[in-house]
Amino acid sequence: MVNESDVRRIAELADVGIPAEVLPTFTAQFNRILEYFDILDTLGDECTAKRPLHTVLREDVVSPSLPQEAVLANAAEDEDGFVKAPRVM
Amino acid sequence: MDDRFNAYLLRSDVPGRRSGPLAGRTVAIKDNISTAGMETTCGSRILKGYVPPYDAHVVSLLRDAGATINGKTNMDEFGMGTTTENSGFGPTLNPVDTTRVPGGSSGGSAAAVAAGLAEMALGTDTGGSIRCPAAFCGIVGFKPTYGRVSRYGLVAYANSLETIGPMGRTVGDISALLRVISRPDPRDSTMQGLPYEHDPVPSVRGRTIGVPAEFFGEGVDPRVAAKVRDSIETLAACGAKVVPVSMPTMKFALAAYYITCTSEASSNLARYDGVRFGPGAEVQRSWHDAFTAVRAEHFGEEVRRRILLGTFALSAGYYGRYYGKAQTARAQVAADFERLFRSVDLLAGPTMPTVAFRLGELADPLSMYLADILTVPANLAGVPAISVPCGSVDGLPVGLQLMGRPFDDETVIDAAAAFEAEVTA
Amino acid sequence: MSADQVIIGLEIHCQLDTRTKLFCGCSTDYRDDGPNTHVCPVCLGLPGTMPAVNRRAVEYALRVAKAFNCEIPEECEFSRKNYFYPDLPKGYQITQYDRPLALGGHIVIEAEEGGEKKVRLTRIHMEEDPGRLVHRGGGARARYSLVDYNRSGVPLIEIVTEPDLRSPKEARRLLAKLRATLEYLGVFDSEKEGSLRVDANVSIAGHDRVEIKNISSYKGVEKALTFEITRQRSLIRRGATVERETRHFVEARGTTTASRSKVEEHDYRYFPEPDLPPLRVASWLDDIALPELPDARRERFMQQYGLSINHARTLTGDLRLAEFFEAVAGEDPVLAATWVADTLLGELNYRDRTIATVDPIRFRSLLSLVGSGTITDRSGVEVLRLVLDTPEEPASIVERLGLAVTGDDAVATAIAEVLAEQPQAVADYRAGKGAALNYLAGQVMKKTRGRADPREVGRRLAEALAE
Repeated sequence: MVNESDVRRIAELADVGIPAEVLPTFTAQFNRILEYFDILDTLGDECTAKRPLHTVLREDVVSPSLPQEAVLANAAEDEDGFVKAPRVM
Repeated sequence: MDDRFNAYLLRSDVPGRRSGPLAGRTVAIKDNISTAGMETTCGSRILKGYVPPYDAHVVSLLRDAGATINGKTNMDEFGMGTTTENSGFGPTLNPVDTTRVPGGSSGGSAAAVAAGLAEMALGTDTGGSIRCPAAFCGIVGFKPTYGRVSRYGLVAYANSLETIGPMGRTVGDISALLRVISRPDPRDSTMQGLPYEHDPVPSVRGRTIGVPAEFFGEGVDPRVAAKVRDSIETLAACGAKVVPVSMPTMKFALAAYYITCTSEASSNLARYDGVRFGPGAEVQRSWHDAFTAVRAEHFGEEVRRRILLGTFALSAGYYGRYYGKAQTARAQVAADFERLFRSVDLLAGPTMPTVAFRLGELADPLSMYLADILTVPANLAGVPAISVPCGSVDGLPVGLQLMGRPFDDETVIDAAAAFEAEVTA
Repeated sequence: MSADQVIIGLEIHCQLDTRTKLFCGCSTDYRDDGPNTHVCPVCLGLPGTMPAVNRRAVEYALRVAKAFNCEIPEECEFSRKNYFYPDLPKGYQITQYDRPLALGGHIVIEAEEGGEKKVRLTRIHMEEDPGRLVHRGGGARARYSLVDYNRSGVPLIEIVTEPDLRSPKEARRLLAKLRATLEYLGVFDSEKEGSLRVDANVSIAGHDRVEIKNISSYKGVEKALTFEITRQRSLIRRGATVERETRHFVEARGTTTASRSKVEEHDYRYFPEPDLPPLRVASWLDDIALPELPDARRERFMQQYGLSINHARTLTGDLRLAEFFEAVAGEDPVLAATWVADTLLGELNYRDRTIATVDPIRFRSLLSLVGSGTITDRSGVEVLRLVLDTPEEPASIVERLGLAVTGDDAVATAIAEVLAEQPQAVADYRAGKGAALNYLAGQVMKKTRGRADPREVGRRLAEALAE
């Protein structure tokens, strides 16, 4: 089970804000869901997951890139062909 | 076009490139499938204004087949929901009863078809998101075998679970649409199996249909259960052998599903930073603060919840307990299906445990998740599954779900066609 | 291990020299082009896109693993490394985590004490390069960042060594060997700026380990390590603790500084990349033919050309240099080796130029002029400098400057003249003062304006004096 400060820490890790006023309800709902997940504790180890075993590869042949304008088209801000982003502290 | 159900987020009228098998037919496209030059929001305000510079593979195929794309449909934000109430742009209403939800997450596509606003639609199904709204709106919805339809251009929610699929009024339409979209694509490395190139043969003669007891358990509305049992009887009358079976791994399915999809989603949604697309991060702030603010403001509550659940499930110390265990559970569910399919050709049961909920009825997230209990097993194992209308309860549609062997979508379609032929006769 | 022992391990990222990126078909040849001109929906991380693995990148990575004697498991897998940074468009990097392409292996280097040493490798894996950040805004702190995604998705291999290195010099040798081998394998171009980046872990035995990031040049590695070792040693001498931390190398100052970001273990929440099936490529190994690698070439140079181990080592330490040498070895490889390794490299270094800028044909002509005695060694150097700095042919330079060693008569005449003009020196020589010979030889050289071969002059002068 997790408490409110755990939820805040997870939110920090996920870079998603949870407003303080909804934190208690959110935490309670979160815990109910985690409690439901506990059913997996009764799972035996009989099966290891197998992923499809085909290797899919692409040839090393150049295909056209987007024009610079298309790359910048959806960006909120750009400068001299670069995408503008907040600085990292 | 009068869209009083809020089925569409964007209307358009783009005829196909050339004549083809879908010439003159209208197709609506769920808004998590990329359409070049047309806004694609995934039902989220964090993608408001995002215009993809490329078409999803299925969209190119539709254009080449001559289909007219008449718009992008509403959905639960990023596919996260069972009612389309989680859309960032308001819920879609069920055309059968506008006080009720159309189901989700492909609620807009289902409503568009049910209301006759489009002849067919593309939806996506991660945990039941095609089948649920098909059942609630009284139309046909099909989730193909995982890997038979390219996901290139489908905005990822849960990569290992989701697939694009056809929705329409008839099994014939579903099949025609599936033929067009099930083509190879080297850009999707998870594609498997041969393209679907089948014409429905409406028959179940000689087939064995298993009916898992777990699909008629406690949470299922007895009237829905009764309707579905009747439908299975109809199939028996068509020449199918019906046997009771059991699927003990059902009890792990929902947990395995929600752990897997939230984990993958937490990673898939990390790219929404407002920098290359989206509402724009405040450049004057620091990266971390700006990023967190954009996401807090523009992601809805359910999306934030699932991102946190997934982040938690993958975090240090918890991976083995949650994500690791979920994959084991998945493998067991797949093995359970495999075991059953050694003696049956199809599995049958209700698509949803109830008929359509009222708007606002499911307020608690966990009870929302529990509504997926009958649909998630097919996604966990990757098997094909269809929902066909099989009557109604209190005027609200009920869906019959049929599931088949991996890559045997053809048998599922044939059985559905047989049922449809019988009930429309 | 002695108490004061330096322990170094390296994590080296090398860009593989494929035509396209690791997961999409964008060209990797972006360096001369404007920002965001080598980008597609995949490497831009647009919603709905999916990675598709470049076959050649996998083949190149396997070549490297084979060359370094690694063990290749039957199956390997790509994983997602989740973290947020403006240069990481998807919010995760596709890399390899618990199931990498290759494990173990070793790289052989010259040991500190002489002889050879095997530096063990931990693993080699593939991953994609992030984009590039440029900071703008005045003052000490940039106001915002500018992002260029051209580099995003370029294929990298990451090579991790065990902490077997014992000095900055060994680290430099390891990198040199690695670089040369990668070039010999044809998978890497060291000329490309930023194609190799190094993180180093360094500690003094018994104390905590410090990670140094952001080293992007070979010289930088030795500098960074030297600085850091000094820093750690002085802390220890003062009785202070060496903090276990991540430090940043500042190339311009040759120092390491504490990272400003929080010192927290990142939780990358690794999980297998769901959009990529596992890779089964171990069976390719048999089909991978390795070319002649640096050590083998070194041995061959010693056998085939009769070179000393030092010359052989120098000349095989860089692929282009080795090829250049073989192009100019001609009839006198030992002469060629001396001229290339001892003289040419020095001149190139001084001019901050590479061997690629030298025309082997012109150099060969120069070598024949020296080898045949047509010009003296000293003149040879003069000619070499002009060959490097101008387009003029060596023969033409020699003629224009009159550098050809004079015929016998001129020398004989000069000797006769000098002996006549310098009776005192002759007498001194005959009286046993050996230094007088040098003086006389110098006079002869003066008369022939330095064009005579000094050895010739010395020999013939001695002969003449003996009469």
